[in-house]
Amino acid sequence: MKKRLLTGFLTLLVPALVLAGEYDLTVDRVRIDTGDFVKEGIGYNGKSPGPVMRFKEGENVKINVTNNLDEMTSIHWHGLILPFEQDGVPGISFPGIKPGETFTYEFPIVQAGTYWFHSHSGFQEPDGAFGAIVIEPEGREPFRYDREYVVQLTDKHHHSGDRIMRNLKMMPDYYNRQQQTVGEFFSDASKNGLMNTIQDWMAWGDMRMMKADVEDVQGFTGMINGMGPEQNWTGLFEPGERIRLRFINSSAMTYFDVRIPGLDMTVVQADGNNVQPVNVDEFRIGVAETYDVIVRPKDAQAYTIFAESMGRSGYARATLAPEEGMAASVPPMRDAPRLTMADMSGMPGMDHGDMDHGDMTAQGDMDHSNMSDMDHSAMMEGGSDPFYAEGSGIAPAAANGGKFLSYADLKAQKPLYEVREPTREIELRLTGNMERYTWSINGVKYEDADPIRLKYGERVRFKFVNETMMTHPMHLHGMWSILDVGAGEWNPIKHTVSVQPGTTVYMETEVDAPGQWAFHCHLSYHAAAGMFRKVIVEGGPDTTQAKADVATEEGGDA
Amino acid sequence: MSRIRTFMAVSLLGPLLLPGAAAAQEMIADTSARKQALTSWGVQFEELEYRYSDNDEELGVWNADFFYGTDDLKVRWLTKGEYAIEEQAYEGLENQLVGQIPISDFFDAKAGVRFDTPEGPDRTYAVLGVAGLAPQWFEIDANLYVSDEGDTSAELDAEYELLLTNYWILSATLDATVAFSEDQEIGVGKGLVSTETGLRLSYDLIDRAFSPYVGVVHERKYGDTADLARVSGGSTEDWFAVVGARLTF
Ligand SMILES: [Cu+2]
Repeated sequence: MKKRLLTGFLTLLVPALVLAGEYDLTVDRVRIDTGDFVKEGIGYNGKSPGPVMRFKEGENVKINVTNNLDEMTSIHWHGLILPFEQDGVPGISFPGIKPGETFTYEFPIVQAGTYWFHSHSGFQEPDGAFGAIVIEPEGREPFRYDREYVVQLTDKHHHSGDRIMRNLKMMPDYYNRQQQTVGEFFSDASKNGLMNTIQDWMAWGDMRMMKADVEDVQGFTGMINGMGPEQNWTGLFEPGERIRLRFINSSAMTYFDVRIPGLDMTVVQADGNNVQPVNVDEFRIGVAETYDVIVRPKDAQAYTIFAESMGRSGYARATLAPEEGMAASVPPMRDAPRLTMADMSGMPGMDHGDMDHGDMTAQGDMDHSNMSDMDHSAMMEGGSDPFYAEGSGIAPAAANGGKFLSYADLKAQKPLYEVREPTREIELRLTGNMERYTWSINGVKYEDADPIRLKYGERVRFKFVNETMMTHPMHLHGMWSILDVGAGEWNPIKHTVSVQPGTTVYMETEVDAPGQWAFHCHLSYHAAAGMFRKVIVEGGPDTTQAKADVATEEGGDA
Repeated sequence: MSRIRTFMAVSLLGPLLLPGAAAAQEMIADTSARKQALTSWGVQFEELEYRYSDNDEELGVWNADFFYGTDDLKVRWLTKGEYAIEEQAYEGLENQLVGQIPISDFFDAKAGVRFDTPEGPDRTYAVLGVAGLAPQWFEIDANLYVSDEGDTSAELDAEYELLLTNYWILSATLDATVAFSEDQEIGVGKGLVSTETGLRLSYDLIDRAFSPYVGVVHERKYGDTADLARVSGGSTEDWFAVVGARLTF
């Protein structure tokens, strides 16, 4: 209170006015109706998903978060660059928000684009505690559009997050209903021959690995903006308009393959950062990623936004239409993919000969700045995505045979950082034991791990080696992840980087944010089972300025 | 969302005017639940069934498992029973309490105690065992027992599940016991004691929580154990039709 008066007083003294917004959010128990089932969940301002928070680049925001739950909560501003005490990770940024408490976040908005926010406490996020953030840029957008919609995807399950975690611990395949059956054995045998099939099944059986381990939590209802496939969220348009769709994957566990049959999509932004436009027919959105696309429907007809899960165990669906109530046909889901031995090539002790050259970026000695775009288009002509192991069973292909977005297509619109040599490389092997449902980094779970220590001012090259059979969306808080797609200074800037099975992926980080940060796989149950690290950035300028405000206001709590 | 947009100066002078505010904030240590070992629990009735034998014997049988613990250490309580409905007597009643730690990617080691309290003489055993998943998806549970009478025996449980579909599951079980010494009082002879083989067809009705099944079970006693059974007027070989459910929660 005293602080507020003081700030008011200072307002009179300081002539430079800065744009500032104050926002209120409550964290509530809510009812979630997916159209398939109704359950109790957690939401913001009485709803799940919560509101779309609209900020403007350059403004200082103050967000009062009131916890109406009977348990601790927190909000993490996913992808936002801010002082670490404002990042909202209990145990790393701050202690969390107690029941009944109001915590005020306060930070400057230093970026533009599409982001989202979610709880970082327990399984509140899978239970519904998330919302979207749209930040208007200070300057002009490098692309035109007439209207925009947030398209926030999620995978709503009838079990609570705690229950799902427990079931996975008890029986890792609890939710997997796409396992290979006797019928599949016979259809494989008639396709590939009996002996080949027996050998193949025995090979997988020897390793006690399942070709069907593409999605570990199935049985969800895919939702868009809080509406299930039957409830059909609809965005209106006038024919000829350019519509900007801000796709956000707020799922706990689900990658979605997104397409809008009949419409080309132009990808203009990834993880909040503008990219050189790419026209695609379909794209895969990893958990926690965002993609902004522009579509231009010319006809006065309905178009289905169809988002199939990567493992084809469920889908989300919405509609773009000139009028409410219109609908286009909903395509059937494609067949469930099967992992191949190529997806196992990252596993230690697995020698699959020449199978591990699938990851282009793994050629570490290559001078990436010299790689021209030509090299990549040549690579892409092979039809395979360099970010998947060659021969991978989960490498995507567009339903209409057209263009499927690859990470290799993402080029920054404007480089955010100067190119410079990394000061060092940190290898992070993504590890786990699917049978015990443990997930780890370099074989160590978070509970047993020391923090990763970075020095302010260095540029670190992270080498991710995926030794598991699952895709992991790795999310570094507080600093940008410059994904190495071999485009040098045009490498895209992201907050979440998916690492496919059997591949090695590099990203670089300009260590420009002092403090403590979370770094983890964004699959909720992988993070909770140990695929998580604390990152400490040591040194740097005295950064207590903005943070001291909070420290004072919240006393010991902050 | 209530949204108040105000124009306000955010001053960098602010902290300087507040005593103590400019001091660097202590970085906190992670004491959240995420930093603690994840504890979990589960209950599974692998068998909860009614058995009807080829000589009109009726049994109620269960085989259940309760665990609590972390990846590194679990406590497991196993309870098994065979209740003869007409005689109103427990033919077998067994409780085991073991601690369990991982010893490889796919196997755990177990140690603990087992109490047998059927109708008739009780026995207490020390238990040492391994349990896990063998290649080709065989679930294995092998135990060594030393009784309070000093008798040693071993038991092997194996199970294989065949997925007819992702909901219809045919499971085959084998349970074999070998005794290294004789314990006449409880009807155990030296050598291969008994086997129980089962074939059950189940359907996952509610998630994996409730899966009713039907099946057949074959119980057989061997060697000296069979002789001891014959002497006491018991049967040495039984076929059962079973109906029951697998429960997981
Ligand atoms: Cu993961």
